[in-house]
Amino acid sequence: MKILVTVKRVVDYNVKVRVKADGSGVDLANVKMAMNPFCEIAVEEAVRLKERGIASEVVVVSVGPNAAQEQLRTALALGADRAVLVESTAELGSLAIAKLLKAVVDREQPQLVILGKQAIDSDNNQTGQMLAALSGFAQGTFASRVEIAGEQARVTREIDGGLQTVSLNLPAIVTTDLRLNEPRYASLPNIMKAKKKPLDVLTPEALGVSTASTVKVLKVEAPAARKAGIKVGSVAELVDKLKNEAKVI
Amino acid sequence: MAILVIAEHNNSALAAATLNTVAAALQIGGDVHVLVAGAGCGAVAEAAAKVAGVAKVLVADNTAFAHQLPENLAPLIVELARGYSHVLAPATTNGKNYLPRVAALIDVEQISEIIKVVSADTFQRPIYAGNAIATVQSSAAVKVITVRATGFDPVAGEGGSAAIESVGTVSDAGLSAFVGEEIAKSERPELTGAKIVVSGGRGMQNGDNFQLLYGVADKLGAAVGASRAAVDAGFVPNDMQVGQTGKIVAPQLYVAVGISGAIQHLAGMKDSKVIVAINKDEEAPIFQVADYGLVADLFEAVPELERAL
Repeated sequence: MKILVTVKRVVDYNVKVRVKADGSGVDLANVKMAMNPFCEIAVEEAVRLKERGIASEVVVVSVGPNAAQEQLRTALALGADRAVLVESTAELGSLAIAKLLKAVVDREQPQLVILGKQAIDSDNNQTGQMLAALSGFAQGTFASRVEIAGEQARVTREIDGGLQTVSLNLPAIVTTDLRLNEPRYASLPNIMKAKKKPLDVLTPEALGVSTASTVKVLKVEAPAARKAGIKVGSVAELVDKLKNEAKVI
Repeated sequence: MAILVIAEHNNSALAAATLNTVAAALQIGGDVHVLVAGAGCGAVAEAAAKVAGVAKVLVADNTAFAHQLPENLAPLIVELARGYSHVLAPATTNGKNYLPRVAALIDVEQISEIIKVVSADTFQRPIYAGNAIATVQSSAAVKVITVRATGFDPVAGEGGSAAIESVGTVSDAGLSAFVGEEIAKSERPELTGAKIVVSGGRGMQNGDNFQLLYGVADKLGAAVGASRAAVDAGFVPNDMQVGQTGKIVAPQLYVAVGISGAIQHLAGMKDSKVIVAINKDEEAPIFQVADYGLVADLFEAVPELERAL
């Protein structure tokens, strides 16, 4: 089967972002960028399915600026076979991205599409579900285990009270949770080989997709700062403060 | 203008997050209708009808909705959504699962995890793990929104007397099937609704040492949470994880024990009213958000805390 994996270029998860003074957004100039951590898990799962002989080809796709080619090359170095970039410098919402991905799904006809459950910049947690809706596929979100058996995928999902297992008809959409796997690192020889793997660049226009949005960001501000706390010297003092000062116990 | 709120439930009881979501709907303004979709969920509908501020309860009782599979639930909600200005669901794993599917089928963007209603079309939501707050405006005919429960005080679960009406002609989409589930058993309060939360991190060293926290939690009537490090190390199950990728809590008191305070953890608890940190590393970032910090070895401080309570 063919597997399509999506990756997003985002601010590195260790960076503490700063809001721009004019409230127009977050300052991304000269900030370290990386592959969204949930997307790394998605790539790893696809590569493992290929190593187990279940997948025949792993295609990785990103929607974003030209620089997102770096993240696609990383995915190729991790074991993906070829890459597609849908190049757009616009700030696209999840629905627009889902529509672009739907167009790629129509071209590639994968049996399984694996996405991360959310991107750590917008924290939307929408794209996979929207792509499933637009494609008419079943969805297995927040997956911590994926098994392929014939024409079906059995997905164990992380839900609020514990775990739930569902069976999905293929083709299907899976979004990854943190515990699905431990992503590998790219080795230097594989990074070199990845430079020779094919990478196609498409545009929203070429795909015939309108990226108009119904949502506008009016402003972005820093969250209210907490007032500075104090250090207490002993457990007795802590209990006293909680009882008599904060009055929470 | 009427607002549709999708109830969170397990077919026998209405989940508390529904009450916070109704509160958000009332702030937007207009008649609030609650959809209870499930199988054998009559008791849930009765409970929803008693919720303060609810004008009408719609019940879709069908085996296709038993486990709220999004492939079956989304077409039902889309069918109902035409008559509403807003469709709201709690930002639980269920709400996050089915609502974006609904939004895409209606062809509108979804606004995820709002924490504040500015006006009927403008909302605030956290981005970048809570390090920035975005104010967003939606021009969609039907505004599709998930609500972060901790952003809104719940409405009363008693006092209302809404009419109950049966809806739904949608049956099984045939795309997916429920196989089974493993629900973690706990005698303690539910993490997201607890007034006090005691959480442990990597500093707990192993799962057995969480007994120390359970002792304190039981004296306080608190829920017990964990950092990702504690979950990944296998100390406790993943449904106890507090953070950007786990549960978001905002209790009256949050006690962080042996937790360094990574950005991803803070995203899940920094709206708590009072934060206490117990950590032996006085440089740990958790002390920057803690109202009361105790630099001490948790293996001495936690038992002493339990005795002092």
